[in-house]
Amino acid sequence: MTTVLPNAATVPASVPSRIVGYEGLGGLLDLISGDGKHSSASTSTLDVLWVLYDRILEVGPQTVGDPSRDRFILSKGHGPAGYYAVLAAKGFISAELLAEFGSFNSPLGHHPDRLLVPGVEVSSGSLGHGLAIAVGVAAGLRIQGRLKPRVICLLGDGELEEGSNHEALWLASIHRLSSLTAIVVDNRSSELGWPGGVDAPFAAARWQVERVGAHDQAALEVALRRRCETGPNLVVAATYPGPVPE
Amino acid sequence: MRQRVADELGRMLDRDDRLVVVLAAISTGQFASARARHPQRVIDVGIREQALIGVAAGLAHAGLRPVAHTFAPFLLERPFEQLKMDLCQQGLGAILVSIGASYDFPEYGTSHFCPEDVALLDTLPGIEVHVPGHADEAVTFLRKMVPEDGIGYLRLSEATNARAEPTPPGGMRVLRSGAAGSVLAVGPMLDPVVAAVEGLDVTLIYANTVRPLDEATVLASLGRPAVAVVEPYLAGTSVGVISQSLGHIPHRILGVGVTRRDLRRYGSRREHDLAHGLDPASLRRTLLDFLVTAGPTPGA
Repeated sequence: MTTVLPNAATVPASVPSRIVGYEGLGGLLDLISGDGKHSSASTSTLDVLWVLYDRILEVGPQTVGDPSRDRFILSKGHGPAGYYAVLAAKGFISAELLAEFGSFNSPLGHHPDRLLVPGVEVSSGSLGHGLAIAVGVAAGLRIQGRLKPRVICLLGDGELEEGSNHEALWLASIHRLSSLTAIVVDNRSSELGWPGGVDAPFAAARWQVERVGAHDQAALEVALRRRCETGPNLVVAATYPGPVPE
Repeated sequence: MRQRVADELGRMLDRDDRLVVVLAAISTGQFASARARHPQRVIDVGIREQALIGVAAGLAHAGLRPVAHTFAPFLLERPFEQLKMDLCQQGLGAILVSIGASYDFPEYGTSHFCPEDVALLDTLPGIEVHVPGHADEAVTFLRKMVPEDGIGYLRLSEATNARAEPTPPGGMRVLRSGAAGSVLAVGPMLDPVVAAVEGLDVTLIYANTVRPLDEATVLASLGRPAVAVVEPYLAGTSVGVISQSLGHIPHRILGVGVTRRDLRRYGSRREHDLAHGLDPASLRRTLLDFLVTAGPTPGA
Protein backbone atom coordinates (compact mmCIF):
# COMPACT_ATOMS: atom_id res chain seq x y z
CA MET A 1 0.00 0.00 0.00
CA THR A 2 1.35 3.42 -0.85
CA THR A 3 -1.20 5.15 1.37
CA VAL A 4 0.91 6.64 4.09
CA LEU A 5 -0.69 6.70 7.48
CA PRO A 6 -0.13 9.69 9.71
CA ASN A 7 3.01 9.80 11.74
CA ALA A 8 2.01 8.59 15.18
CA ALA A 9 4.31 11.19 16.73
CA THR A 10 1.98 13.95 15.57
CA VAL A 11 -1.06 12.48 17.27
CA PRO A 12 -1.04 12.54 21.07
CA ALA A 13 -2.18 9.04 22.00
CA SER A 14 -2.80 9.93 25.62
CA VAL A 15 -5.69 12.27 24.89
CA PRO A 16 -8.93 10.35 24.47
CA SER A 17 -11.10 11.56 21.64
CA ARG A 18 -14.40 13.03 22.72
CA ILE A 19 -17.17 12.62 20.22
CA VAL A 20 -19.35 15.74 20.12
CA GLY A 21 -22.49 16.62 18.20
CA TYR A 22 -23.24 19.46 15.80
CA GLU A 23 -24.04 21.74 18.72
CA GLY A 24 -20.46 21.28 19.93
CA LEU A 25 -18.86 22.53 16.70
CA GLY A 26 -19.07 26.17 17.77
CA GLY A 27 -17.02 25.42 20.85
CA LEU A 28 -14.45 23.54 18.80
CA LEU A 29 -14.25 26.41 16.32
CA ASP A 30 -13.69 28.79 19.23
CA LEU A 31 -10.62 26.77 20.18
CA ILE A 32 -9.08 27.53 16.85
CA SER A 33 -7.02 30.66 16.90
CA GLY A 34 -5.36 32.48 14.03
CA ASP A 35 -6.32 34.08 10.77
CA GLY A 36 -8.44 31.17 9.56
CA LYS A 37 -10.90 31.56 12.40
CA HIS A 38 -14.50 31.62 11.26
CA SER A 39 -13.49 32.66 7.76
CA SER A 40 -16.25 32.56 5.19
CA ALA A 41 -14.52 29.65 3.45
CA SER A 42 -14.77 27.68 6.66
CA THR A 43 -18.34 28.50 7.60
CA SER A 44 -19.68 27.99 4.07
CA THR A 45 -18.55 24.37 4.21
CA LEU A 46 -19.38 23.57 7.84
CA ASP A 47 -22.83 22.05 7.26
CA VAL A 48 -21.62 20.10 4.22
CA LEU A 49 -18.72 18.68 6.22
CA TRP A 50 -20.97 17.82 9.14
CA VAL A 51 -23.51 16.00 7.00
CA LEU A 52 -20.70 14.10 5.27
CA TYR A 53 -18.99 12.91 8.43
CA ASP A 54 -22.18 12.48 10.47
CA ARG A 55 -24.44 10.79 7.94
CA ILE A 56 -22.75 9.88 4.66
CA LEU A 57 -19.12 8.81 4.82
CA GLU A 58 -18.34 5.31 6.00
CA VAL A 59 -15.06 6.13 7.65
CA GLY A 60 -14.07 6.69 11.26
CA PRO A 61 -10.96 7.15 13.36
CA GLN A 62 -10.44 3.38 13.42
CA THR A 63 -10.77 2.93 9.66
CA VAL A 64 -8.60 5.71 8.20
CA GLY A 65 -6.35 3.06 6.63
CA ASP A 66 -9.09 0.59 5.67
CA PRO A 67 -9.01 -0.07 1.90
CA SER A 68 -12.82 -0.29 1.84
CA ARG A 69 -13.42 3.08 3.55
CA ASP A 70 -15.15 5.96 1.81
CA ARG A 71 -12.69 8.65 0.74
CA PHE A 72 -13.34 12.34 1.31
CA ILE A 73 -11.00 14.59 -0.62
CA LEU A 74 -11.04 18.24 0.40
CA SER A 75 -9.68 19.86 -2.73
CA LYS A 76 -10.40 23.38 -1.58
CA GLY A 77 -8.10 23.40 1.43
CA HIS A 78 -8.65 27.05 2.29
CA GLY A 79 -10.27 27.90 5.61
CA PRO A 80 -9.96 24.43 7.10
CA ALA A 81 -11.15 25.41 10.60
CA GLY A 82 -14.53 23.76 10.02
CA TYR A 83 -12.83 20.63 8.66
CA TYR A 84 -10.59 20.33 11.70
CA ALA A 85 -13.55 21.01 14.02
CA VAL A 86 -15.54 18.20 12.38
CA LEU A 87 -12.55 15.83 12.48
CA ALA A 88 -12.18 16.62 16.19
CA ALA A 89 -15.91 16.21 16.82
CA LYS A 90 -15.78 12.76 15.22
CA GLY A 91 -12.68 11.71 17.12
CA PHE A 92 -10.11 11.68 14.29
CA ILE A 93 -7.99 14.24 16.10
CA SER A 94 -7.81 15.53 19.65
CA ALA A 95 -9.67 18.77 20.34
CA GLU A 96 -6.57 19.96 22.18
CA LEU A 97 -4.76 20.25 18.86
CA LEU A 98 -7.20 22.91 17.67
CA ALA A 99 -5.77 25.60 19.93
CA GLU A 100 -2.36 25.27 18.28
CA PHE A 101 -3.80 25.74 14.77
CA GLY A 102 -1.18 27.10 12.40
CA SER A 103 1.73 27.05 14.81
CA PHE A 104 5.16 25.59 14.03
CA ASN A 105 4.69 22.43 16.06
CA SER A 106 1.04 21.86 15.16
CA PRO A 107 -0.03 19.28 12.58
CA LEU A 108 -2.95 21.58 11.76
CA GLY A 109 -1.97 24.13 9.12
CA HIS A 110 -4.04 26.60 7.16
CA HIS A 111 -4.00 23.95 4.45
CA PRO A 112 -4.37 20.35 5.67
CA ASP A 113 -1.56 17.81 5.28
CA ARG A 114 -2.47 14.14 4.89
CA LEU A 115 0.82 13.01 6.37
CA LEU A 116 0.19 15.00 9.55
CA VAL A 117 -3.53 14.66 10.23
CA PRO A 118 -5.34 11.32 10.64
CA GLY A 119 -8.33 11.13 8.32
CA VAL A 120 -7.09 13.77 5.89
CA GLU A 121 -6.92 11.97 2.55
CA VAL A 122 -5.22 14.65 0.46
CA SER A 123 -2.86 17.51 1.26
CA SER A 124 -4.20 20.65 -0.34
CA GLY A 125 -3.56 24.36 -0.67
CA SER A 126 -2.93 24.76 -4.35
CA LEU A 127 -6.33 24.84 -6.04
CA GLY A 128 -7.51 22.44 -8.71
CA HIS A 129 -5.64 19.30 -7.63
CA GLY A 130 -8.24 17.28 -5.72
CA LEU A 131 -10.62 16.29 -8.50
CA ALA A 132 -7.98 14.59 -10.69
CA ILE A 133 -6.67 12.72 -7.65
CA ALA A 134 -10.26 11.72 -6.83
CA VAL A 135 -10.67 10.43 -10.40
CA GLY A 136 -7.53 8.33 -9.92
CA VAL A 137 -8.74 7.00 -6.56
CA ALA A 138 -12.16 6.10 -7.99
CA ALA A 139 -10.57 4.38 -11.01
CA GLY A 140 -8.07 2.61 -8.75
CA LEU A 141 -10.78 1.26 -6.47
CA ARG A 142 -12.79 0.03 -9.44
CA ILE A 143 -9.72 -1.71 -10.91
CA GLN A 144 -9.39 -3.61 -7.64
CA GLY A 145 -13.06 -4.58 -7.67
CA ARG A 146 -13.86 -2.35 -4.71
CA LEU A 147 -17.20 -1.06 -5.94
CA LYS A 148 -18.74 -0.05 -2.63
CA PRO A 149 -16.52 2.79 -1.37
CA ARG A 150 -17.50 6.27 -2.46
CA VAL A 151 -15.07 9.00 -3.39
CA ILE A 152 -16.37 12.44 -2.50
CA CYS A 153 -14.44 15.54 -3.50
CA LEU A 154 -15.26 19.04 -2.24
CA LEU A 155 -14.38 22.04 -4.40
CA GLY A 156 -15.18 25.73 -4.36
CA ASP A 157 -16.75 27.81 -7.11
CA GLY A 158 -13.61 29.96 -7.21
CA GLU A 159 -11.39 26.91 -7.38
CA LEU A 160 -13.36 25.67 -10.35
CA GLU A 161 -11.63 28.36 -12.43
CA GLU A 162 -8.49 26.21 -12.49
CA GLY A 163 -8.33 24.41 -15.84
CA SER A 164 -7.12 21.20 -14.24
CA ASN A 165 -10.65 20.65 -12.90
CA HIS A 166 -11.99 20.62 -16.42
CA GLU A 167 -9.50 17.96 -17.52
CA ALA A 168 -10.61 15.86 -14.55
CA LEU A 169 -14.37 16.34 -14.80
CA TRP A 170 -14.45 15.22 -18.44
CA LEU A 171 -12.30 12.21 -17.59
CA ALA A 172 -14.67 11.23 -14.78
CA SER A 173 -17.53 11.27 -17.26
CA ILE A 174 -15.65 9.45 -20.04
CA HIS A 175 -14.64 6.72 -17.58
CA ARG A 176 -18.16 6.61 -16.08
CA LEU A 177 -16.92 6.85 -12.51
CA SER A 178 -20.20 6.39 -10.69
CA SER A 179 -18.52 6.08 -7.29
CA LEU A 180 -17.38 9.69 -7.60
CA THR A 181 -19.34 12.60 -6.20
CA ALA A 182 -18.10 16.17 -6.47
CA ILE A 183 -19.51 18.85 -4.22
CA VAL A 184 -19.05 22.43 -5.35
CA VAL A 185 -19.71 24.86 -2.53
CA ASP A 186 -20.88 27.94 -4.36
CA ASN A 187 -20.32 30.98 -2.18
CA ARG A 188 -19.72 33.26 -5.15
CA SER A 189 -15.99 33.34 -4.57
CA SER A 190 -15.37 33.34 -8.29
CA GLU A 191 -14.75 36.97 -9.14
CA LEU A 192 -15.65 36.49 -12.78
CA GLY A 193 -18.69 34.33 -12.08
CA TRP A 194 -20.00 31.30 -13.92
CA PRO A 195 -22.40 32.08 -16.79
CA GLY A 196 -25.06 29.38 -16.61
CA GLY A 197 -24.05 28.40 -13.08
CA VAL A 198 -21.12 26.49 -11.59
CA ASP A 199 -22.77 23.26 -12.65
CA ALA A 200 -22.71 24.18 -16.36
CA PRO A 201 -19.35 22.51 -17.13
CA PHE A 202 -20.42 19.37 -15.24
CA ALA A 203 -23.79 19.25 -16.96
CA ALA A 204 -22.05 19.59 -20.32
CA ALA A 205 -19.95 16.56 -19.41
CA ARG A 206 -23.15 14.72 -18.48
CA TRP A 207 -22.68 14.52 -14.74
CA GLN A 208 -25.80 13.91 -12.66
CA VAL A 209 -26.41 17.35 -11.14
CA GLU A 210 -28.22 18.23 -7.89
CA ARG A 211 -28.53 21.72 -6.44
CA VAL A 212 -29.20 22.36 -2.74
CA GLY A 213 -28.64 25.01 -0.09
CA ALA A 214 -25.23 24.85 1.57
CA HIS A 215 -26.82 25.06 5.03
CA ASP A 216 -29.84 22.82 4.43
CA GLN A 217 -28.62 19.67 6.14
CA ALA A 218 -31.66 17.56 5.29
CA ALA A 219 -31.45 18.43 1.59
CA LEU A 220 -27.68 17.93 1.59
CA GLU A 221 -28.14 14.47 3.05
CA VAL A 222 -30.70 13.46 0.44
CA ALA A 223 -28.57 14.82 -2.40
CA LEU A 224 -25.38 13.19 -1.10
CA ARG A 225 -27.03 9.81 -0.59
CA ARG A 226 -28.04 9.69 -4.23
CA ARG A 227 -25.58 7.79 -6.37
CA CYS A 228 -26.04 7.65 -10.12
CA GLU A 229 -25.39 4.18 -11.52
CA THR A 230 -23.91 5.26 -14.82
CA GLY A 231 -21.61 8.19 -14.16
CA PRO A 232 -20.29 10.79 -11.74
CA ASN A 233 -22.46 12.90 -9.47
CA LEU A 234 -22.37 16.61 -8.70
CA VAL A 235 -23.97 18.36 -5.74
CA VAL A 236 -23.90 22.15 -5.90
CA ALA A 237 -24.23 23.53 -2.39
CA ALA A 238 -25.09 27.22 -2.76
CA THR A 239 -24.71 29.63 0.15
CA TYR A 240 -27.20 32.05 -1.39
CA PRO A 241 -30.86 31.59 -2.21
CA GLY A 242 -32.54 31.99 -5.54
CA PRO A 243 -32.10 30.90 -9.12
CA VAL A 244 -28.89 30.29 -10.98
CA PRO A 245 -27.28 33.68 -11.62
CA GLU A 246 -26.92 34.66 -15.26
CA MET B 1 13.89 1.58 -26.36
CA ARG B 2 10.30 2.81 -26.17
CA GLN B 3 8.82 -0.35 -27.70
CA ARG B 4 11.00 -2.57 -25.49
CA VAL B 5 9.76 -0.73 -22.40
CA ALA B 6 6.15 -0.92 -23.59
CA ASP B 7 6.50 -4.66 -24.23
CA GLU B 8 8.08 -5.22 -20.83
CA LEU B 9 5.33 -3.22 -19.11
CA GLY B 10 2.80 -5.34 -21.00
CA ARG B 11 4.36 -8.52 -19.61
CA MET B 12 4.52 -7.01 -16.13
CA LEU B 13 0.81 -6.09 -16.36
CA ASP B 14 0.12 -9.79 -17.03
CA ARG B 15 1.77 -10.75 -13.76
CA ASP B 16 1.31 -7.78 -11.42
CA ASP B 17 -2.27 -6.75 -10.55
CA ARG B 18 -0.96 -3.64 -8.85
CA LEU B 19 0.55 -2.14 -11.99
CA VAL B 20 -1.34 0.51 -14.01
CA VAL B 21 -0.06 2.38 -17.08
CA VAL B 22 -1.42 5.89 -17.61
CA LEU B 23 -0.98 7.41 -21.05
CA ALA B 24 -1.77 10.87 -22.38
CA ALA B 25 -2.48 10.20 -26.06
CA ILE B 26 1.20 9.39 -26.73
CA SER B 27 2.59 5.89 -27.47
CA THR B 28 -0.91 4.42 -27.64
CA GLY B 29 0.31 2.32 -30.60
CA GLN B 30 3.21 0.88 -28.61
CA PHE B 31 0.80 -0.04 -25.80
CA ALA B 32 -2.05 -1.31 -28.02
CA SER B 33 -1.40 -4.96 -27.27
CA ALA B 34 -1.08 -4.41 -23.51
CA ARG B 35 -4.24 -2.32 -23.56
CA ALA B 36 -6.18 -5.00 -25.42
CA ARG B 37 -5.24 -7.49 -22.69
CA HIS B 38 -5.69 -5.07 -19.76
CA PRO B 39 -8.25 -2.42 -20.75
CA GLN B 40 -8.76 -1.35 -17.14
CA ARG B 41 -5.07 -1.03 -16.35
CA VAL B 42 -3.88 0.81 -19.44
CA ILE B 43 -5.65 4.14 -19.07
CA ASP B 44 -5.47 6.87 -21.71
CA VAL B 45 -6.41 10.25 -20.21
CA GLY B 46 -6.14 11.96 -23.58
CA ILE B 47 -4.34 15.27 -24.01
CA ARG B 48 -4.73 16.12 -20.32
CA GLU B 49 -1.29 16.17 -18.76
CA GLN B 50 -2.28 17.74 -15.45
CA ALA B 51 -4.76 14.90 -15.05
CA LEU B 52 -2.06 12.43 -16.14
CA ILE B 53 -0.15 13.11 -12.93
CA GLY B 54 -3.20 13.73 -10.73
CA VAL B 55 -4.80 10.46 -11.80
CA ALA B 56 -1.52 8.60 -11.30
CA ALA B 57 -1.37 10.01 -7.77
CA GLY B 58 -4.95 8.89 -7.13
CA LEU B 59 -4.16 5.38 -8.36
CA ALA B 60 -1.21 5.24 -5.95
CA HIS B 61 -3.51 6.56 -3.22
CA ALA B 62 -5.81 3.60 -3.91
CA GLY B 63 -2.88 1.21 -3.45
CA LEU B 64 -1.79 0.69 -7.06
CA ARG B 65 1.55 1.29 -8.78
CA PRO B 66 1.12 3.81 -11.61
CA VAL B 67 3.43 4.37 -14.56
CA ALA B 68 2.80 7.73 -16.26
CA HIS B 69 4.15 8.21 -19.74
CA THR B 70 4.40 10.91 -22.39
CA PHE B 71 6.95 13.27 -23.97
CA ALA B 72 9.31 14.69 -21.34
CA PRO B 73 8.07 18.32 -21.52
CA PHE B 74 4.44 17.23 -21.11
CA LEU B 75 5.29 14.73 -18.38
CA LEU B 76 7.37 17.06 -16.21
CA GLU B 77 7.08 20.70 -17.22
CA ARG B 78 3.43 21.21 -18.01
CA PRO B 79 2.24 19.41 -14.84
CA PHE B 80 5.18 20.41 -12.67
CA GLU B 81 2.95 21.53 -9.80
CA GLN B 82 1.18 18.18 -9.93
CA LEU B 83 4.56 16.49 -9.45
CA LYS B 84 5.23 18.75 -6.48
CA MET B 85 1.79 18.57 -4.86
CA ASP B 86 0.08 15.37 -6.06
CA LEU B 87 3.11 13.11 -5.70
CA CYS B 88 5.83 14.66 -3.51
CA GLN B 89 3.63 16.52 -1.03
CA GLN B 90 1.18 13.61 -0.69
CA GLY B 91 3.96 11.08 -0.17
CA LEU B 92 2.63 9.08 -3.13
CA GLY B 93 4.74 7.25 -5.67
CA ALA B 94 4.74 6.84 -9.45
CA ILE B 95 7.10 5.82 -12.22
CA LEU B 96 7.50 8.60 -14.75
CA VAL B 97 8.65 7.32 -18.14
CA SER B 98 9.52 9.96 -20.71
CA ILE B 99 10.40 9.91 -24.37
CA GLY B 100 11.95 12.65 -26.47
CA ALA B 101 14.96 13.30 -24.22
CA SER B 102 16.83 16.53 -25.04
CA TYR B 103 16.16 16.63 -28.78
CA ASP B 104 15.33 13.15 -29.99
CA PHE B 105 12.81 14.48 -32.49
CA PRO B 106 14.50 17.65 -33.77
CA GLU B 107 11.91 18.13 -36.49
CA TYR B 108 9.31 18.92 -33.79
CA GLY B 109 11.28 21.86 -32.39
CA THR B 110 11.66 23.39 -28.95
CA SER B 111 8.21 22.40 -27.65
CA HIS B 112 9.30 18.75 -27.71
CA PHE B 113 12.85 19.29 -26.37
CA CYS B 114 13.59 18.72 -22.70
CA PRO B 115 17.29 19.10 -21.86
CA GLU B 116 16.24 20.69 -18.54
CA ASP B 117 14.39 17.66 -17.18
CA VAL B 118 16.93 16.33 -14.69
CA ALA B 119 17.78 19.82 -13.42
CA LEU B 120 14.08 20.48 -12.92
CA LEU B 121 13.55 17.27 -10.96
CA ASP B 122 16.51 18.25 -8.78
CA THR B 123 14.29 20.96 -7.27
CA LEU B 124 11.93 18.31 -5.85
CA PRO B 125 12.78 15.95 -2.99
CA GLY B 126 13.57 12.27 -3.33
CA ILE B 127 13.03 11.52 -7.02
CA GLU B 128 15.19 8.72 -8.39
CA VAL B 129 16.50 9.40 -11.91
CA HIS B 130 17.61 6.75 -14.37
CA VAL B 131 19.16 7.57 -17.76
CA PRO B 132 19.57 4.24 -19.55
CA GLY B 133 22.02 4.10 -22.44
CA HIS B 134 20.44 0.97 -23.89
CA ALA B 135 17.01 -0.70 -23.98
CA ASP B 136 18.29 -3.56 -21.78
CA GLU B 137 19.23 -1.04 -19.09
CA ALA B 138 15.81 0.61 -19.33
CA VAL B 139 14.13 -2.75 -18.77
CA THR B 140 16.40 -3.44 -15.79
CA PHE B 141 15.38 -0.15 -14.16
CA LEU B 142 11.73 -0.83 -14.81
CA ARG B 143 11.97 -4.22 -13.11
CA LYS B 144 13.65 -2.55 -10.15
CA MET B 145 11.13 0.28 -9.76
CA VAL B 146 7.80 -1.47 -10.32
CA PRO B 147 7.85 -3.44 -7.03
CA GLU B 148 8.85 -0.28 -5.11
CA ASP B 149 6.71 2.63 -3.91
CA GLY B 150 8.76 5.76 -4.58
CA ILE B 151 8.89 8.34 -7.36
CA GLY B 152 11.18 7.30 -10.19
CA TYR B 153 12.01 8.95 -13.50
CA LEU B 154 13.05 6.81 -16.45
CA ARG B 155 14.47 8.93 -19.26
CA LEU B 156 14.13 6.99 -22.50
CA SER B 157 16.01 8.12 -25.57
CA GLU B 158 16.29 7.34 -29.25
CA ALA B 159 20.05 7.73 -28.77
CA THR B 160 21.57 4.52 -27.48
CA ASN B 161 24.97 2.95 -27.05
CA ALA B 162 25.85 0.00 -29.28
CA ARG B 163 25.69 -2.42 -26.37
CA ALA B 164 24.26 -2.44 -22.87
CA GLU B 165 26.61 -1.59 -20.03
CA PRO B 166 25.15 -3.20 -16.92
CA THR B 167 25.78 -1.29 -13.71
CA PRO B 168 25.67 -2.45 -10.10
CA PRO B 169 22.78 -1.24 -7.86
CA GLY B 170 24.26 2.27 -7.41
CA GLY B 171 24.00 2.76 -11.18
CA MET B 172 27.69 3.49 -11.83
CA ARG B 173 30.66 1.47 -13.09
CA VAL B 174 34.34 2.39 -13.43
CA LEU B 175 35.31 1.16 -16.89
CA ARG B 176 39.01 1.96 -16.68
CA SER B 177 41.51 3.93 -14.64
CA GLY B 178 43.95 6.58 -15.80
CA ALA B 179 46.22 9.34 -14.52
CA ALA B 180 44.97 12.45 -16.34
CA GLY B 181 41.62 12.79 -14.54
CA SER B 182 38.13 11.31 -14.52
CA VAL B 183 35.50 11.42 -17.22
CA LEU B 184 31.98 10.47 -16.18
CA ALA B 185 29.70 9.57 -19.10
CA VAL B 186 25.95 9.41 -18.49
CA GLY B 187 23.59 7.09 -20.40
CA PRO B 188 23.71 7.50 -24.18
CA MET B 189 26.81 9.70 -23.92
CA LEU B 190 28.96 6.63 -23.29
CA ASP B 191 29.71 5.68 -26.91
CA PRO B 192 30.63 9.22 -28.01
CA VAL B 193 32.77 9.65 -24.88
CA VAL B 194 34.55 6.31 -25.41
CA ALA B 195 35.41 7.45 -28.94
CA ALA B 196 36.47 10.88 -27.67
CA VAL B 197 38.90 9.62 -25.02
CA GLU B 198 40.51 6.93 -27.17
CA GLY B 199 44.21 6.82 -26.37
CA LEU B 200 43.86 9.25 -23.44
CA ASP B 201 45.03 8.16 -20.01
CA VAL B 202 41.79 8.92 -18.15
CA THR B 203 39.59 7.20 -15.63
CA LEU B 204 36.34 6.45 -17.44
CA ILE B 205 33.15 6.04 -15.41
CA TYR B 206 29.72 5.14 -16.74
CA ALA B 207 26.54 6.13 -14.89
CA ASN B 208 22.95 5.31 -15.83
CA THR B 209 21.48 6.31 -12.46
CA VAL B 210 22.11 9.97 -11.68
CA ARG B 211 19.82 10.60 -8.71
CA PRO B 212 20.91 9.60 -6.25
CA LEU B 213 24.34 9.86 -7.81
CA ASP B 214 26.84 7.28 -6.58
CA GLU B 215 29.26 9.87 -5.23
CA ALA B 216 31.26 7.22 -3.37
CA THR B 217 32.35 5.58 -6.62
CA VAL B 218 33.43 8.91 -8.11
CA LEU B 219 35.43 9.59 -4.97
CA ALA B 220 36.92 6.10 -4.69
CA SER B 221 38.08 6.09 -8.29
CA LEU B 222 39.48 9.62 -8.15
CA GLY B 223 43.13 9.97 -9.14
CA ARG B 224 44.07 13.41 -10.35
CA PRO B 225 41.27 15.60 -8.99
CA ALA B 226 39.89 16.77 -12.32
CA VAL B 227 36.42 15.51 -13.22
CA ALA B 228 34.52 16.05 -16.46
CA VAL B 229 30.84 15.09 -16.39
CA VAL B 230 29.33 14.43 -19.80
CA GLU B 231 25.53 14.32 -19.63
CA PRO B 232 22.96 14.01 -22.44
CA TYR B 233 20.91 16.87 -20.97
CA LEU B 234 21.65 20.38 -19.72
CA ALA B 235 25.41 20.88 -19.27
CA GLY B 236 26.43 21.06 -15.64
CA THR B 237 23.31 19.39 -14.22
CA SER B 238 25.35 17.08 -11.98
CA VAL B 239 28.35 19.35 -11.42
CA GLY B 240 27.02 20.66 -8.12
CA VAL B 241 26.33 17.20 -6.72
CA ILE B 242 29.80 15.90 -7.63
CA SER B 243 31.59 19.06 -6.55
CA GLN B 244 29.86 18.88 -3.15
CA SER B 245 30.99 15.30 -2.69
CA LEU B 246 34.59 16.37 -3.48
CA GLY B 247 34.24 19.38 -1.21
CA HIS B 248 37.15 18.41 1.03
CA ILE B 249 39.51 18.02 -1.95
CA PRO B 250 40.77 20.90 -4.09
CA HIS B 251 39.47 19.90 -7.50
CA ARG B 252 38.64 21.05 -11.00
CA ILE B 253 35.32 20.10 -12.53
CA LEU B 254 33.71 20.55 -15.96
CA GLY B 255 30.10 20.07 -16.96
CA VAL B 256 29.57 19.00 -20.57
CA GLY B 257 26.14 18.53 -22.07
CA VAL B 258 23.41 20.32 -23.98
CA THR B 259 24.19 24.04 -24.00
CA ARG B 260 21.69 26.71 -23.08
CA ARG B 261 21.81 28.10 -26.61
CA ASP B 262 18.38 28.19 -28.22
CA LEU B 263 19.26 26.95 -31.69
CA ARG B 264 15.84 27.43 -33.27
CA ARG B 265 16.72 24.61 -35.65
CA TYR B 266 15.00 21.44 -36.78
CA GLY B 267 17.02 18.89 -38.78
CA SER B 268 18.59 15.74 -37.36
CA ARG B 269 19.80 14.59 -33.98
CA ARG B 270 23.35 14.42 -35.33
CA GLU B 271 23.18 18.08 -36.40
CA HIS B 272 22.05 19.05 -32.90
CA ASP B 273 24.86 16.95 -31.36
CA LEU B 274 27.34 18.89 -33.50
CA ALA B 275 25.77 22.24 -32.63
CA HIS B 276 26.05 21.48 -28.90
CA GLY B 277 29.55 20.01 -29.22
CA LEU B 278 28.44 16.52 -28.23
CA ASP B 279 29.90 14.61 -31.17
CA PRO B 280 33.10 12.58 -30.49
CA ALA B 281 35.48 15.06 -32.17
CA SER B 282 34.10 18.09 -30.31
CA LEU B 283 34.02 16.15 -27.04
CA ARG B 284 37.67 15.17 -27.51
CA ARG B 285 38.69 18.80 -27.99
CA THR B 286 36.70 19.88 -24.93
CA LEU B 287 38.07 17.10 -22.73
CA LEU B 288 41.67 17.65 -23.89
CA ASP B 289 41.34 21.36 -23.14
CA PHE B 290 40.12 20.57 -19.65
CA LEU B 291 42.34 17.63 -18.74
CA VAL B 292 45.61 18.43 -20.51
CA THR B 293 45.86 21.98 -21.69
CA ALA B 294 44.41 23.89 -18.76
CA GLY B 295 46.53 24.08 -15.64
CA PRO B 296 49.60 22.19 -14.58
CA THR B 297 49.42 18.53 -13.73
CA PRO B 298 49.89 18.17 -9.95
CA GLY B 299 53.49 17.23 -9.22
CA ALA B 300 54.65 18.35 -12.65
